[in-house]
Amino acid sequence: MYQFVTGPLAWLSFGIFFIGLIVRIVLYIRGLDWQADRVTYSVNTSYGIKGAIRSIIVWLIPFGTRSWRVNPGFTILFFVFHIGLLVTPVFLQAHNILLKERLGFGLFTISDCTADFLTIAMLTAAAFIIIRRIALSEVRILTDWYDYLVLAITVIPFITGFLASHLIGDYQFWLILHILSGEVMLIAIPFTKLSHFVLFFLSRAQIGMDYGIKRGGMKGKGLAW
Amino acid sequence: MAEGKLCNRNMINTEEELRTLLADTSGKQYYSEMMDLDVDRDKLKATLDKTLKSRLKTWLEICAHCGLCADSCFIYLANNKDPKQVPSYKIQSTLGQIVKKKGNVDNAFMRMTMDTAWAKCTCCNRCGMYCPFGIDMGVMFGYLRGLCFSQGFVPWEMKIGSGMHRVYRAQMDISTEDWVDTCEWMAEEYEEDYVGLKIPVDKKNANTIYTVNAREPKHYPEDIGEAAALFHIAGEDWTVPSEGWEETSLAMFAGDWEACKLQVQSVYDAIDRLKPKRMVVTECGHAYRATVIEGPYWTGQKSGKPPVESLHYVEWVAEALRTGKLKIDPAKKIKEPVTYQDSCNYIRNAGLGDTAREIMSYIAEDFREMTPCREHNFCCGGGGGLNGIGRYREERNIGLKIKRDQILATGAKLVISPCHNCWDAIRDLEEVYHIGIRWRFLKPILLSMVIIPDHLKPEE
Ligand code: SF4
Ligand code: SF4
Repeated sequence: MYQFVTGPLAWLSFGIFFIGLIVRIVLYIRGLDWQADRVTYSVNTSYGIKGAIRSIIVWLIPFGTRSWRVNPGFTILFFVFHIGLLVTPVFLQAHNILLKERLGFGLFTISDCTADFLTIAMLTAAAFIIIRRIALSEVRILTDWYDYLVLAITVIPFITGFLASHLIGDYQFWLILHILSGEVMLIAIPFTKLSHFVLFFLSRAQIGMDYGIKRGGMKGKGLAW
Repeated sequence: MAEGKLCNRNMINTEEELRTLLADTSGKQYYSEMMDLDVDRDKLKATLDKTLKSRLKTWLEICAHCGLCADSCFIYLANNKDPKQVPSYKIQSTLGQIVKKKGNVDNAFMRMTMDTAWAKCTCCNRCGMYCPFGIDMGVMFGYLRGLCFSQGFVPWEMKIGSGMHRVYRAQMDISTEDWVDTCEWMAEEYEEDYVGLKIPVDKKNANTIYTVNAREPKHYPEDIGEAAALFHIAGEDWTVPSEGWEETSLAMFAGDWEACKLQVQSVYDAIDRLKPKRMVVTECGHAYRATVIEGPYWTGQKSGKPPVESLHYVEWVAEALRTGKLKIDPAKKIKEPVTYQDSCNYIRNAGLGDTAREIMSYIAEDFREMTPCREHNFCCGGGGGLNGIGRYREERNIGLKIKRDQILATGAKLVISPCHNCWDAIRDLEEVYHIGIRWRFLKPILLSMVIIPDHLKPEE
């Protein structure tokens, strides 16, 4: 079982993940239409690129935009959740040992202690995100089962991974479940709204180009996000 | 498929059709026919297939339902944070459903969609600045209005407005003759006070072509006289076209893209005919947006720009003050506290926030910013056509509360508002809420304080 889930199934899910994301990127860009979107993507491109880069970067900085600043609570949840989600699996020692075994190279790693901290922080943020969804009427009205499903898809690998690494309960069981749920997540990313993994950047770049080229970017100092 | 005599999917292309629709006071018959208007589902689906591209599709799909956009919307705030007014909810429950059902929606749904698209969103684009993905409901509601329009589900005044553009190339029934007469009349009136003042019509190769909002010749002709006086004092070489003088676009508010193109093309044709070096647009936000920012796309200008450099009136004023073509008498500057209404259409959506501040630095001694201001300012409350739709008067008045409170918080009793729409909304908010404020365009204010060179003064 272990051989299968870390062998062919792993290859398959990584394959779907990478190819799926490339397809999403290509489809998005091919679906841009200068006249329908009313943005001359290929004229005044330097203004567009400047606008796009600014639009991405300021939003990646905690409290970098007015929206982040006026919603400090959510901003903290957002960054804690996403940093934990991205940093932990990529730089985890155990994952990189596996990577080295299989592909012959590994990345820079974080200590297990840091990984635990990030995992717990990320899971705590997830808990608050759920509470927020239920407690705030403006979020509750938007929420449907699909939002909980994608949240579950992202947190289960972390819960199972944490249990397995701390030898809580049956190690083999949690480990297999951890690997499987991780693979489910990889496969789900291109097909669900988790595709915002790449579409966040494309969508931000697009609106950045819109403001950079058309809506004042060529006249003013650029939009104060 | 059932269509009404007045409420249908046809476009208004003749004066007669326009008169018939206008004769239906407040759209009584029009709206009652709308109750039975069938949805052309095949057409709706075909339009979606053809026009719903990756930007909008992605926005609808990836919206994280996080609710961060809620507080950015003045309509949500003005309605005591009613969750049904959250931008994401408003679009997901209308356009989102139409897309999900591939156009398979019924009459009641389309009427609800119309009421949402025109009464619950002014297309101010503010929410797009607050969403982590940059999801811009103003853009999406603009698209949705186009779908509604093509199905005949459009507020009565909007149908009339777009018809006006189709028939008269203006948002009101003003013929070329009416327009030219008004210019001549104003030239005569103002010549008495400013020696040598003229309103040159159709002058070729002038430096500046000036274009206006049809409300000016129709209701406020002195605005044209004031513009002429300021151009004259500044020594501007200018002209107005006899045709293609109208900048506004109710068609844009209506979602009638074909009429948008017709209207803007008439202005571009005037530029082509008269070959000015640049264009100056009157104190109107959406007019500038339509003709200078969006117009190039409707008419297929690959550069994304109008045929000549085009300035909003505030840009011309700032330039004239900066270069000393207009000089302000320091004794006549505004002494009392004064605030400035940032119009969504030329501040947030065209980057002219600094320009407005530059002007205020010349004319006001106690300028007070609203909070928030500049690109982050709230809509006046009447944008996107909402001011003009009788059916939604109540909703509009509720929305005005946000601007009312913003103005009150500045402590200023005078609001400078170089946008017809904002100007109207602020006038109406005074009418509804009686907070004791005054509101002004820039032209009369400037005219009351510029230094008039001696040779332009009439002999006593
Ligand atoms: S565009 Fe303006 S009015 Fe419309 S939903 Fe967004 S913030 Fe509200
Ligand atoms: S802020 Fe953006 S992602 Fe969040 S609910 Fe609003 S539109 Fe959706």
